[in-house]
Amino acid sequence: MLTANRLRDGDVLYRKGDGWTLILAEGTVYREKAQADAALADAQAELVRNEFVAPYLFEVREVNGQIRPVKEREIIRAAGPTVRTDLGKQAGNVNV
Amino acid sequence: MSEVTPNMYRYDEFDAEFVAERTAQFSEQVKRRLSGDLTEDQFKPLRLMNGLYLQLHAYMLRVAVPYGTLSSRQMRMLAHIARKYDRGYGHFTTRQNIQYNWPKLVDVPAILADLASVEMHAIQTSGNCIRNVTADHFAGAAADEIEDPRPLAEIVRQWSSLHPEFVFLPRKFKIAVSGAPNDRAALAYHDMAVEIVKNAEGLTGYKVFVGGGMGRTPYIAQVISDFVEKHDILAFMEAVLRVYNQQGRRDNIYKARIKILTNALGIEEMRRQVEREFVEIKTRGALQVPQEELDRITAYFAAPTFEALTDEMPDAGPDFANWVKSNVSQHRAPGYAIATITLKTPGQVPGDASADQMDTIADLMDRFSLGEVRVSHEQNLVLPHVRKRDLPAIYAKLKELDFASANAGLITDIIACPGLDYCDLANARSIPIAQRIAKKFEDLERQQAIGELKIKISGCINACGHHHAGHIGILGVDKKGVEFYQLLLGGSGAQDASIGEIMGPGFGEDEIADAVERVVEVYLAQRKPDERFLDTYRRIGMAPFKDAAFQKEAA
Amino acid sequence: MTKLIKSGAYAQDAYAPVDDDAALPDGAIIVSLARFQKDREALLTRNTPLGIRLQSHETPETLGEDVHHFALVALEFPKFRDGRAFSWARMLRTRLDFTGEIRAVGDFLYDQVNYQHRVGFDAWEVPDNFTIEMFNRALSEMSSVYQPSADGKKTIRELRAGR
Repeated sequence: MLTANRLRDGDVLYRKGDGWTLILAEGTVYREKAQADAALADAQAELVRNEFVAPYLFEVREVNGQIRPVKEREIIRAAGPTVRTDLGKQAGNVNV
Repeated sequence: MSEVTPNMYRYDEFDAEFVAERTAQFSEQVKRRLSGDLTEDQFKPLRLMNGLYLQLHAYMLRVAVPYGTLSSRQMRMLAHIARKYDRGYGHFTTRQNIQYNWPKLVDVPAILADLASVEMHAIQTSGNCIRNVTADHFAGAAADEIEDPRPLAEIVRQWSSLHPEFVFLPRKFKIAVSGAPNDRAALAYHDMAVEIVKNAEGLTGYKVFVGGGMGRTPYIAQVISDFVEKHDILAFMEAVLRVYNQQGRRDNIYKARIKILTNALGIEEMRRQVEREFVEIKTRGALQVPQEELDRITAYFAAPTFEALTDEMPDAGPDFANWVKSNVSQHRAPGYAIATITLKTPGQVPGDASADQMDTIADLMDRFSLGEVRVSHEQNLVLPHVRKRDLPAIYAKLKELDFASANAGLITDIIACPGLDYCDLANARSIPIAQRIAKKFEDLERQQAIGELKIKISGCINACGHHHAGHIGILGVDKKGVEFYQLLLGGSGAQDASIGEIMGPGFGEDEIADAVERVVEVYLAQRKPDERFLDTYRRIGMAPFKDAAFQKEAA
Repeated sequence: MTKLIKSGAYAQDAYAPVDDDAALPDGAIIVSLARFQKDREALLTRNTPLGIRLQSHETPETLGEDVHHFALVALEFPKFRDGRAFSWARMLRTRLDFTGEIRAVGDFLYDQVNYQHRVGFDAWEVPDNFTIEMFNRALSEMSSVYQPSADGKKTIRELRAGR
């Protein structure tokens, strides 16, 4: 999957089609490397829109029918700090 | 109750204009970024020099707290910012600053304007420039102090603010100052540090150290000058920075600090080059600090008028007595004390305070501490000037805040960086490890039996948790995608500075707290009377601790 | 394409850069340090203005007394993060008493122009879209300074004492 931060408020974004979503579960999963690389290239070309920054790809896998990041870092990034479960997306704090 | 204004530096119209213009400048930079006039690559160094990082979940804003000194008015504004622009809390850092974890870029100009209204800013709290000058958090109050280091810190702060030659250094540059023989400012681990000393003639001046640092390759700073006269200090510092700016490595960010340069040149050559610059700068004269300026700045930090009080500690029960034992330190004025508020109640996030807690602390500051608080580099707060007879009332209030743990300097007074829960650079989480260890050792009697034991946890090699200086240090690493923790023993950030020794292979998240416990058991079994953990380690070495740590529990 | 800003206005660049292996043309030229060291005699006996372009790792002190033969020293910023040229400019003005043109070339930001000006730069090679209005604005964003530099601007301390 492809992630970035929204420029204006720093919120974590996930690529969904040609756009972005705040929710990892709604993001597009690239099952082929070529697709993923193309998505990253598109995003990099779109940096000039000044809507988001620092796009990068990260790995996910399917666990019991749910898409989950492989790396701890991305799990935390998608949910929020593990030490404040009242904050971040896990608590529904998203800046719309 | 009314707001009390402490004796500290106050902005004049020049300082106020400087911060206002800086804020306007950054507002323009934000506009240019949003419109695309600036790319992210161009904007990044500019926002860093205004303390704004992009982290794991959001931006992070690091607000400067010069030499860790805050007034109650400033504390209330920090609470207001947490409430209005963030998620209701802030984090006090290992460089005496405060961090907010959820600001929006578009709000940062407004935050900076609010900060400016109380003489605060976020200038140079990040970036490859001279950072916040830190100082002994007991400055102006400690019984062992030769001289308050904060006037020097303020002079250095002004000189280093947007210094045109030194805003694009090879890497960050951290300065610390101390005015007492007991080093509470971790001088040995700074790029440059000053200890206030008296020479043989009884003249007060500055012993200057260079080349300390943490990170990937820790170093203890070396003495570059035994004695620099007060009016020469800026010329001397400029000389050090110039040599560093010219010769510090630019090819590898892990080898770009002055500690690497000092080690590469050797202290003799470093001293020779600095001396050459220093003599020239001094001769030219523009950087000499006249006595009237030293006096003028010193006057801002004049000792408060202390009442003539009997030097009696009130009796307010055993819990209070326990808290006094660990958290109350000797003040230079009879009848007064220094009270440490550990933001380390077992189970809490080390160093965090909610907006409400900050407001209550501001009230405590006004009522009991002449309007003043200090942020220590150990993620705690310090009320520097309290009357002993007020301590029970302070303690009672701290209990309401859940900041009344009697654990200053004890095993549960753990320093932990934000780690993988917050930080883009981290490999592992550090806060949950701190919480686990703190819960495990929560029992106060047990903590007191163990005595002084400083645990410091970093979530990556950048060492913001200062793990190299921990009596027990813990470094989080990524071992094949799993969080893993290395133990280090025997570090110290005080005047007996030493770098912690790595024990060996690490421990998993579920094992590390038990490993620490086994290490502590070895200390308790082996110690001689009056030996702290650090002393026993230095006497018996790593082997007994390592054997115990890796011992598998009996089946 | 670039423009030259000098004395607060666009200026014609009188100097022609000369590659290390090219023949030396007549007129005002800029050479590299390597070229200067190779053809020092020939270059010093010319009677047209001489310029040198120093890379960020090349200290002006290498020139020794020869520095006073140059009418122009161009200091390169290979990447805006590389701040060595701030010290080189300061060194030229203050230690070496260089009074010729110090020109900022390479990759630098609008936001660095004020610092460059303070340490002794007096000419800037800027992209085409860098206007004079931007230049003037860069120099005016911060009214006062805390520390002395090559520009001789009065510091806040001096202003305080003077009032």
